[in-house]
Amino acid sequence: MDAILTPAESEALLLSLRVSSVAVFGALPFAFAAALLLARTRFYGKTLVDGLIHLPLVLPPVAVGFLLLMAFGTRHGPGGWLFQAFGIRLVFSWTGAALASAIITFPFQVRAIRLSLEAIDTGLSAAAQTLGAPWWDRLLNVSLPLALPGIAAGVVTAFAASLGEFGAIITFVSNIPGETRTLPLAIYTALQAPGGEAEAARLSLMSIMLALVFMTLAEILQRRARERA
Amino acid sequence: MSVDVVLRHRFPGFVLDASFSLPRLGVTAVFGASGAGKTTIINAIAGTFRPREGRIVINERVVMDSARGIFVPAWRRRAGYVFQDARLFPHMSVRDNLLFGWRRAPIRADERDIAHVVALLGLERLLMRKPRALSGGEKGRVALGRALLSSPEILLLDEPFAALDAQRRAEVLPYLENLRDEARLPMLYVSHSLEEVARLADDVVVLRDGRVAAEGSVFEILTGLELPALAGSPPLGAVISAAISAHRDDGLTALAFDGGTLFVPRLKQPVGCRLRLRIRAEEIMLALDEPRMISANNVLAARVVGLSTDGDTHANVLLACGKTRFTARITRASSARLELVPGKPVFAVVKSVTVDTPRWVPSA
Repeated sequence: MDAILTPAESEALLLSLRVSSVAVFGALPFAFAAALLLARTRFYGKTLVDGLIHLPLVLPPVAVGFLLLMAFGTRHGPGGWLFQAFGIRLVFSWTGAALASAIITFPFQVRAIRLSLEAIDTGLSAAAQTLGAPWWDRLLNVSLPLALPGIAAGVVTAFAASLGEFGAIITFVSNIPGETRTLPLAIYTALQAPGGEAEAARLSLMSIMLALVFMTLAEILQRRARERA
Repeated sequence: MSVDVVLRHRFPGFVLDASFSLPRLGVTAVFGASGAGKTTIINAIAGTFRPREGRIVINERVVMDSARGIFVPAWRRRAGYVFQDARLFPHMSVRDNLLFGWRRAPIRADERDIAHVVALLGLERLLMRKPRALSGGEKGRVALGRALLSSPEILLLDEPFAALDAQRRAEVLPYLENLRDEARLPMLYVSHSLEEVARLADDVVVLRDGRVAAEGSVFEILTGLELPALAGSPPLGAVISAAISAHRDDGLTALAFDGGTLFVPRLKQPVGCRLRLRIRAEEIMLALDEPRMISANNVLAARVVGLSTDGDTHANVLLACGKTRFTARITRASSARLELVPGKPVFAVVKSVTVDTPRWVPSA
């Protein structure tokens, strides 16, 4: 890899993969729970919850980053408490970048999982019930396995989207080489320096290739999910 | 072994207000036009639907009593349910589908029972397949086996073969007959097919607009003249319990019933074997004099006990032959010509008899 990319560039690439992995898999249980809530239940204020979950999709990422900065700064609020009680600091760290990515890509995961849950025949759950399965048993052994292709599609789409996150990351955790400088931030940095176009082009090509791989994978998984339903 | 059901629930534009009890083992058919509330009742017994008011007792266990606030969730009711659309789990093999309920049963059936149910339903060669590789009839059989292996205290069948064509249905019905004769379970069978009810049921509950319009043995209910008014379907004619009395040299088998003997082409079953016979109302002709030179093998001396008109052109005539009753469907013109009135003796010419022969004959 070093033959094509400089050490700083491959550092950005690996950091991007790490941030996205943690973001997507960390958010997955919450996304599944949210999808389950939206697909299977009816409650007062559901439209509002649905809207809140999808908010990051339409909000400027910079605004999300700013809100995170307000909430998780080390001086006050929940961030201050985290820092004082446990010494956990999200601002200016890669874990903060992962949190920002997780929030931005959360709607992608919820959407895909929700669709696959809604595609499952509710009669199957009733059948499992009459065969002696309580709710958690039905969730684990009927709904979850049947939603698996949708879950996989959601993970891959969210991962691809997460690789491209810029605004929320740079606002919340800044642009620190080796800590928070992911691929898009590295491209931006390269463009700020005179003569950095070649580096920016290489990194952009890298991003395009990664995105293509993941989007193709997502498409294949989604098709499989449809066939199974 | 008994099941008692009392239900009351108000739907928009429809009130369910039904109560009945299944006094014994065997198949009770819940019969009625679509929209009469059949499936809703089954769902209430299974626990997948919670009626506003009611009380359901299965084998002395109260699974629902709205007055006392008792509602046992479906997964603890032990009611085996065979759905109209099979509802096999698509991600599991046939084997795992069959064992889904078995693994979760509080009192697990013996492992030998698995082999037995598999054999009873002819599933040996399907075990490793996925549901999507099964035909409609095969799916129905797997669903039946899955419900049976969950060690249920009652078996609920909601038109399990409604989605099948006549040929597939004919292929699956014998399996259900085996089950009826062998499983020591009360079974509730929802159907709007008179043929199926006549073939399988011991008792019938007729539902109409959410209420129980009639209940009784299959022999009484399906033969009576009230069926058109109760369920909007013509009377079947007759459902008769009979036993083989002789295999004659002329190629006919004699079947003795309470009131006479019927002759049918030679059967394979041994003398003494009990069978169920069905005679369609259209298959009976009436005569005032005994017809002698006639190709029909069966001419029964009977007595008219009831008459009802069926539309503008037809009449249903209820006949008694000993303790057995038949219904003949003739034209109103014929009825007038023969001057049929209750009490009048007639000869019933039976054109054909359907014999339900179970594939598997109980040894007892």
